[in-house]
Amino acid sequence: MTQAVAGPPAAVPDERLARESPLRRLLRRPEFGALLGAVAVFVFFSLVADAFLQADSFSTVLYASSTFGIMAVGVSLLMIGGEFDLSAGVMVTTAALVATLVSYQLTLNLWVGVAISLVVTLAIGALNGLLYIRTGLPSFIVTLATFFMLAGANLGVTKAVTGNVASDSVRDMDGFESARKVFASDVDVGGVNVKITVFWWLLFVGIATWILLRTRAGNWIFAVGGAAGSARAVGVPVARTKIGLFMGVAFCGWFSGMHLVFAFATVQSGEGVGNEFNYIICAVIGGCLLTGGYGSAIGAAIGAFIFGMVNKGIVYAEWNPDWFRFFLGAMLLIATVVNLIVRRRVERSA
Amino acid sequence: MTDPKDAPLVRLAGVGKNYGNVIALRDVDLEASAGEVTCVLGDNGAGKSTLIKIVAGLHRHDLGTYEVQGEPVAFSSPRDALDRGIATVYQDLAVVPLMPVWRNFFLGSEKRKGFGRMDITFMRRTAKREMAAMGIDLRDVDQPIGTLSGGERQCVAIARAVYFGAKALVLDEPTAALGVKQAGTVLRYIVQARERGLAVIFITHNPHHAYPVGDRFLILNRGRPIGYRTKEEITREELTALMAGGAELEELAHELDAAVSGSGSRAAKELAEGADHLRKSD
Repeated sequence: MTQAVAGPPAAVPDERLARESPLRRLLRRPEFGALLGAVAVFVFFSLVADAFLQADSFSTVLYASSTFGIMAVGVSLLMIGGEFDLSAGVMVTTAALVATLVSYQLTLNLWVGVAISLVVTLAIGALNGLLYIRTGLPSFIVTLATFFMLAGANLGVTKAVTGNVASDSVRDMDGFESARKVFASDVDVGGVNVKITVFWWLLFVGIATWILLRTRAGNWIFAVGGAAGSARAVGVPVARTKIGLFMGVAFCGWFSGMHLVFAFATVQSGEGVGNEFNYIICAVIGGCLLTGGYGSAIGAAIGAFIFGMVNKGIVYAEWNPDWFRFFLGAMLLIATVVNLIVRRRVERSA
Repeated sequence: MTDPKDAPLVRLAGVGKNYGNVIALRDVDLEASAGEVTCVLGDNGAGKSTLIKIVAGLHRHDLGTYEVQGEPVAFSSPRDALDRGIATVYQDLAVVPLMPVWRNFFLGSEKRKGFGRMDITFMRRTAKREMAAMGIDLRDVDQPIGTLSGGERQCVAIARAVYFGAKALVLDEPTAALGVKQAGTVLRYIVQARERGLAVIFITHNPHHAYPVGDRFLILNRGRPIGYRTKEEITREELTALMAGGAELEELAHELDAAVSGSGSRAAKELAEGADHLRKSD
């Protein structure tokens, strides 16, 4: 590799390397480590769990991956932009509760509830961003505060309105069937039922990747995460970019919340706590640096896929599902070590 | 080199700046013309940063006049200064290390082709060409800019400013954090920028970096100019002496001498000799 070819590295920088091989280019991609991991996990569960390779179970794996993956899209972009959102998990529940409670209490068409929920959720995202920008506190602290506030409000408001910890079922209300088609239906792919969230997931990953790599906004996202001061100095609107990223997470939270509503018709107000870390794990396994400025939406998708494979694979292998978290922790550790090595390599001569 | 009938690109006359009751800058005259390098020298706290901030549009001056191409100006933001062709490259705020060279080059001024899409082919080609024009032959414009040396990174920032229409380039201590070789690289690009017809204002505390490339030298001390010379009017030794402040050095030698009285104080003796030498050359 480099070391073999190079003489003294700093003296003649333009002659350090011959043309780079495609393999080395692949090695440098942020999602490379995750891809290797995904192949390893796939082969592993194919061997130990007979049911794993059946089309139906694979569809289940994809469904589990998509529910985490959709959130991981927003969370990974935010992380590339250098920030965390710990309120992402409970925000999904908040979005779902707003849609159901508002529609049910005011007897509105569910689509109205869906729209109101979108507005409310985006406002929460914008609030996260504004609080972060205005206070200058780490996003970790700001969103930890909103996490607790939302978690408390979810329970408190639901109990006050319904007298119960869950929202009333909206299954028989106007708009349920049509909205269900959009957010929670099954699609027949060659005789196998695949959840529609899988396709939404792939679409969101595609859009996010396009934004990151092909648009000016993407350039700004990398810049505000990599070196906010430098970005500001060359005229990048740092505050606007970061607030936009928090709102991106909120949008994904809204979508995931709508899936909950139309998949189950009733929403448990205590749900979502702890999921925020799962999304972050997906992004980190996928090659996003915790410090920002580096990563990819495709990587986060691969991370979510690994997540889904392990989550369901353990069941198909008939192991005690308690071990899921152990695996998760181990993968997180391996992924961060790989990322660390990547970053050192990238900044080697800096 | 300059066209005599043209007013200098940047001209400060009697410029002063107060921060509350602190006098940060007083009576500063400075000219920077196209195709010339004006060096601003001074120790820490001499007022160099205040001066740059005024030129760059970050702060407004309180006294005197600031003219761009003969027209008095009072900038309210760096954007104003940029619009008049005055670009500032800060030492530590130059680039985003993890991003590819071409993304850094166009950061904040991305070339677009509608729907927010960037014209990536154009940007990559242009970055490569502009860097080549500065004498840096990039192996790959996709390499993270962090893999370039510190000197080269400064040069990307300079090339970027030149490309985006800068007529005057303000360089804030571009050689300060660099090794000898890398500082040499940056100095070469300063000369290149000058040869491309830019007015360069080069801030440094190192007379050995300033003298070889400079056409004019402004030396600041405690917010006041203690010398403003063209290259013909000053030698490298004089510049160094002005910069070091021969009198202050002598005073320090005395103090050291008093503190460590006796023949053992080698440091004091050396300082005294240095001060002597400086006084002679002044």
